[in-house]
Amino acid sequence: MSAHAPPGSTPAAAPEVLRLTGITKRFGDLVANEEIGLSLRRGEIVALLGENGAGKTTLMNILFGHYVADSGDIQVAAHAGQTGKPSTLRALPPGSPQAALEAGIGMVHQHFTLADNMTALDNIVLGTQPLWRPWQARAAARRKLDALMRRSGLTVDLDARVVALTVGERQRVEILKALFRDARILILDEPTAVLTPQEVDGLFEVLRALAAEGLAVVFISHKLNEVLAVSERVVVLRQGRKVAEMPTAGANRRSLAEAMVGRELPENQRPPHNPGAPVVRLEGIEAPGELGRAGLHNASLTLHSGEIVGIAGVSGNGQAALSALLSGLARPTAGHLFLLGEEISHPSVRGFVDAGVGRIPEDRHRDGVVDDMEVWENLIIEDLRDPDLQSAGFIRKDKVMARADALIAENDIRCPGPETRTRLLSGGNMQKLILARVLERHPRFILANQPTRGLDIGAVTYVHGRLLQACAEGAGILLISEDLDELLTLSDRVAVLYRGQLSQAMATAELDIRGLGLMMAGHSAAEQDAGGPHAS
Amino acid sequence: MAEILDILISASFWAAALRIATPLIFGVLGELICERAGVLNLGIEGIFTAGAMSGWMAVYLGADLWTGLLIAALVGAAFGLLHGSLTVPLGLSQHVTGIGITLLATSLAYFTYRMTLPDVTSPPRIEPFQPVDLGFLSELPFLGPALFQHTPLTYLALALVAVTAYVFYRTPLGLALRTVGENPAAVEAQGISVYGLRIGAVMAGSALMAMGGAFLTMSAFNAFFFEMVNGRGWICIALVVFASWRPGKALLGAILFGAFDAFQLRLQQEIAVDIPYQIFLMMPYVLSILALVVMSRRAAYPKALMIPYRKGER
Repeated sequence: MSAHAPPGSTPAAAPEVLRLTGITKRFGDLVANEEIGLSLRRGEIVALLGENGAGKTTLMNILFGHYVADSGDIQVAAHAGQTGKPSTLRALPPGSPQAALEAGIGMVHQHFTLADNMTALDNIVLGTQPLWRPWQARAAARRKLDALMRRSGLTVDLDARVVALTVGERQRVEILKALFRDARILILDEPTAVLTPQEVDGLFEVLRALAAEGLAVVFISHKLNEVLAVSERVVVLRQGRKVAEMPTAGANRRSLAEAMVGRELPENQRPPHNPGAPVVRLEGIEAPGELGRAGLHNASLTLHSGEIVGIAGVSGNGQAALSALLSGLARPTAGHLFLLGEEISHPSVRGFVDAGVGRIPEDRHRDGVVDDMEVWENLIIEDLRDPDLQSAGFIRKDKVMARADALIAENDIRCPGPETRTRLLSGGNMQKLILARVLERHPRFILANQPTRGLDIGAVTYVHGRLLQACAEGAGILLISEDLDELLTLSDRVAVLYRGQLSQAMATAELDIRGLGLMMAGHSAAEQDAGGPHAS
Repeated sequence: MAEILDILISASFWAAALRIATPLIFGVLGELICERAGVLNLGIEGIFTAGAMSGWMAVYLGADLWTGLLIAALVGAAFGLLHGSLTVPLGLSQHVTGIGITLLATSLAYFTYRMTLPDVTSPPRIEPFQPVDLGFLSELPFLGPALFQHTPLTYLALALVAVTAYVFYRTPLGLALRTVGENPAAVEAQGISVYGLRIGAVMAGSALMAMGGAFLTMSAFNAFFFEMVNGRGWICIALVVFASWRPGKALLGAILFGAFDAFQLRLQQEIAVDIPYQIFLMMPYVLSILALVVMSRRAAYPKALMIPYRKGER
């Protein structure tokens, strides 16, 4: 297939393949999309940028037929568009994924829709053949896929079960699913959330190649760097409305961030690295992993007061074991663990809490709060033995409520009141609640495990600000994160976890995102010094 | 020991094993289809009863045997539709709904029987399915009486194992069915209706269960009794796990259980001296549990089994 729009030509010359007009969708009182219009041309990559809840995913779910819009039209180019001839736009019947697929729309969901126990080929072929046909045309499918893989560079072992594939390979299967159906419009919902930096680069190359062949791509993201790197045009959504649309060439981080948030964001400044006394020291720690995941092997690390040490790594490489160890939930099988200068031989959760350890757990909903309890209960749940708050085992409701009110006000937790059920809070407000509970105790050591996962940029800025402030006040913070930007912004030093092995903590100033990415994939720092990893 | 060997080399023992296994083959296939699509069907015991009653009743009232079987299958499919509608789009608890279906179907069967035949004291008999004459195959020594003198329903059950396996592993429909039990979102994303697929699977599976019930009244006992299903449905639930949700192993499991049962019946006659007969009755169940432990410790469940799917939620 010859490229209809050679790279460098004006995209305006390419025919329109998709037009959304006046899309409005309400869920009860919440307006998820209001009068959104969007046009997409053949061979262009458009980024759809917005915070969580801005309506990006809703809009794309309407396009794909998972939801029906309350009003507005979707028009898709008839299949003639593939030959390169100008084609007419036709209305897409709403609410039917089948119709969207037939019109050439392919969607890669943020959470992959793959069946883990089946092969890549099974997942790709599913639903592409008449359901009642008494045989499967697998050989023909395989031929077509082989050709597709060669052309696009999306190589996958078709006979491997999905469970055996890496996250990056699973994403390739998802994209192949769409290409196998001859998709002309590809929607990618937060495609980089789970990828290492190298995999992100690979994905971008593939997308550019596919766009050069005429595929129109919608790239949904809240990550500014990626939007700037891969797209030709940016559409910004905020609170369900389209607030900006611009060519990427004319945009920069700051203008996009402000369009996305609708206000100026404070810049967080990392204080100069000024470590004090050690607060946590690991010496040759061995700890088992749970459920077949990596544990810790011979892990050593020292964290001082007044510094942030980042732990980089793809999740599943021992983060859970490290986090359990430093929350008092698990015991090491060998090695020594020192907390504030004292060796902890029998760790317990209560011991850690009493010693002034603040914990921000990885999964807010499961471990951070009790969803079905009220905000005030979650705020004081670690302080139940505080004599100010209870007498003779009874909660002093007046004092407790006063403290809850104060914490809600100080931390800007947006909720109707302390008696709101916690599950009704947004992710950002739930994290503010957890931060309020942790920081109110002025912890000497804070374990922050994925503290900004799934939060939007406003909340991320807030969480970062509070962590930096706590650090400046003398807390030592261990930051476990999969977001390398976050690690490099906040940390004074970074160590990498790979298959339970914890590397030396290296000063952030000497690190870059590529090098970290390689170490996360198992290449040692020494290898890189010797001139980068060699393909072996 | 000699007695045991005598039993194992007698053709009548193997014939009995296959005969006892036949309703289990229907039931375990039916349950397997439901569970592969992600829906546990604990209505099986009741659907067996309803199938046994309705098939028999149709023939008793004048239908021919195959029509009776069809009616039993339709009654089963109807209960499947009820179970599917409650558990799939409405997402009700599959355990509770299934037990409800069992109670409802069993009671309805008894009720209908009593209403139709208020005065009978001994259960009326019908003319059942007769063994098929397979020509020279039926004449073979040992193999003939063991394998080739069964009624059509036994051969139908065996054929259905092959058909199910083929559909599962060789057709687009089977791929969709297996996937919907693993990850319904994957099916939805490929433009196939999750609800349609799951309800269809539960209806088809329930129809098979009812045919298993109909075997009891139309081929084995020639009459309908209360309590005649006697836990066969529950055995099928266990056999599905034993089979790791595979049709071929399901057949093996059903025949193994049939063999245990046939064996204990003969053992009772051969060496019943001072051992209470309940010990023998218990044997197939104990052996099944042991087999379950050995075979299924690492059984891979369909990942979405018993998890209701709601559109647009992820």
